[in-house]
Amino acid sequence: MKETAHLVHDYLRSSKRFPHIWCAGCGIGIFMQALIRVIDREGYSKDDIVLISGIGCSGRLPVYVDFNTLHTTHGRALTFATGIKLANPRLKVITVMGDGDAVAIGGNHFIHAARRNIEITSFILNNNVYGMTGGQSSPTTPPGAVTASSPYGNLEPDFDICRLAEAAGAVFVARSTVYHTRLLERVIGMALNKKGFAAVEVVSQCTTYAGHFLKLKSPVEMMKWQKDNSIPIDKAKDMSDAELEGKIVIGVLVDRERPNFHEQYQRLLAEKSKV
Amino acid sequence: MRKQVLLQGNEACVEGALIAGCRFYAGYPITPATEIMEIMARKMPETGGVFIQMEDEIASLGAVIGASLAGMKSMTATSGPGFSLMQEHIGYACMAEVPCVIVDVMRAGPSTGLPTQPSQGDVMQARWGTHGDHPIIALAPSSVYEFFELTVQAFNLSERYRTPVILLVDEVVAHMREGVVLPQKDRLEIEDRLHPTMPPEWYIPYADPGTGVPPMSAFGDGYRYHVTGLYHDVRGYPTVRTDEVEPLIHRLFTKVSKDFDRLQWSDSFETKDARVTVIAYGCVARAALQAVQQARGKGLKVGLLKLKILWPFMRRTIAGILESSAKVLVPELNVGQISREVKRVNQSRCEVVTLNKVDGTPIKPAEILQTLEEIYP
Repeated sequence: MKETAHLVHDYLRSSKRFPHIWCAGCGIGIFMQALIRVIDREGYSKDDIVLISGIGCSGRLPVYVDFNTLHTTHGRALTFATGIKLANPRLKVITVMGDGDAVAIGGNHFIHAARRNIEITSFILNNNVYGMTGGQSSPTTPPGAVTASSPYGNLEPDFDICRLAEAAGAVFVARSTVYHTRLLERVIGMALNKKGFAAVEVVSQCTTYAGHFLKLKSPVEMMKWQKDNSIPIDKAKDMSDAELEGKIVIGVLVDRERPNFHEQYQRLLAEKSKV
Repeated sequence: MRKQVLLQGNEACVEGALIAGCRFYAGYPITPATEIMEIMARKMPETGGVFIQMEDEIASLGAVIGASLAGMKSMTATSGPGFSLMQEHIGYACMAEVPCVIVDVMRAGPSTGLPTQPSQGDVMQARWGTHGDHPIIALAPSSVYEFFELTVQAFNLSERYRTPVILLVDEVVAHMREGVVLPQKDRLEIEDRLHPTMPPEWYIPYADPGTGVPPMSAFGDGYRYHVTGLYHDVRGYPTVRTDEVEPLIHRLFTKVSKDFDRLQWSDSFETKDARVTVIAYGCVARAALQAVQQARGKGLKVGLLKLKILWPFMRRTIAGILESSAKVLVPELNVGQISREVKRVNQSRCEVVTLNKVDGTPIKPAEILQTLEEIYP
């Protein structure tokens, strides 16, 4: 309790009007707590952290925490993050995006931030739905799901965000659910320490909308579903695609080295700068 | 004595930006603005600044706003199609009050249009292109030197008012070359945004200090605060309270409108006794000046008011011209954008005649002269 009180007082904004806007049972708060715990444990200065979001339920996260916080436009968090990181490389730049935010409207920015390997730690809170607008299908909604915008069933296949990040060049890719809080904190820590573009998919529950089409009636059922359907990457390696159908592969999926953009730019500056 | 140099309009723009203190450029290639980006790609590393080519124009302005929030004077340049994409973030910069400069080298539209023939078709888009009510500042140079000068002023105004400033330039001014003598940096007034001087715990980021423009801290300076495109209270936190929403939009407008008198930037030629006054801007003002000189040679009492600032619209200056002239002529490379504003201010005081051209070629002095002769009372 003592530790929680310290985290609440040190990291949540006392000047901000609460309660928060998230529905009861939403997974975003679990992620927010995990992020705060790791930042506190790793000893980052609050002044050096810039927390940037796009639009949607996840977009509302930064306002509650006492960092430099920026709530941008839909899908564009990574573009603002790019400008901030290059203007002041000393800053720890973190983005929080939703699934529609990051890989539908922001898909172009996502692949290019990964390709450039710009040092941004990005978290994609995947709840498989557009929650803020009332439960429409997103690029990660399962095929066949009946949503507000697919009343006859979703005709589109869903995206694997982690494979997209890997193919685009991210040097660190991991996935956890909000049920697996220890794993979540571990991969958050690893992502924050990575000197390049890191993408962490956080599978989260939207009990208000996604629970309906996933036929899971409560937050507890949804988190049990996360627990029962997750396969650690070490185990998944020996399984076939058919066996992994509908499963959530969790753990560190990619951890590799590649020159990052701002270090290369700093070298260019050292060479060319006349000031 | 400073040496005269031969510069292209787009080159002069970069010179102005560098002198104004611009150290961040993000952009996407598009003709006829690309030279600005190509020169910046070379100059930014040399001056210790940052250059990045982004994946599109939306991303370009996003990065520019991010860099400005981190404390750097920042800019981008584009043309019509890219300017359309940037509207989303122009609105964001208005709402979050982030200084930045956007150059729009206008080419004939709509859509891909006429690459890359001159046009002045983006005047209204600069004013109303992004959604919602908002103030905007847009400047329009008509020579290479003015492109330099107004680029410096664009940065000054954006820093002074914490607002995006748009440079509306036509392809003619952007691509022509003229001999110019650039002033030394210390001869120019360079303005910087106001930084907070109070301790961080006293900093209320969007509180009106009396001028309408709150001091702006850079991310990383120890003043942790929240920035959003939502309507926000004085702390930057989202709000839907009418007693917080109304004062914010009111302040966004009045921080600029209180200075309307300071923002009447124009040049007058022979307007004192003019019976017909031409109101023009950009490359059209150059043709208009020649036409006015030729008409004076023929004994016609005509004059020219050259607009250097298009938004906010110079109501007071224009009203004076409408009061003193029997007729005004507004030639433009569009179907009538600034002429609509002139007519709005006019309220039947005098006859407003338009001369519009949208075939991708500039308006010639002879065309303006002919119209002047036809309408001369």
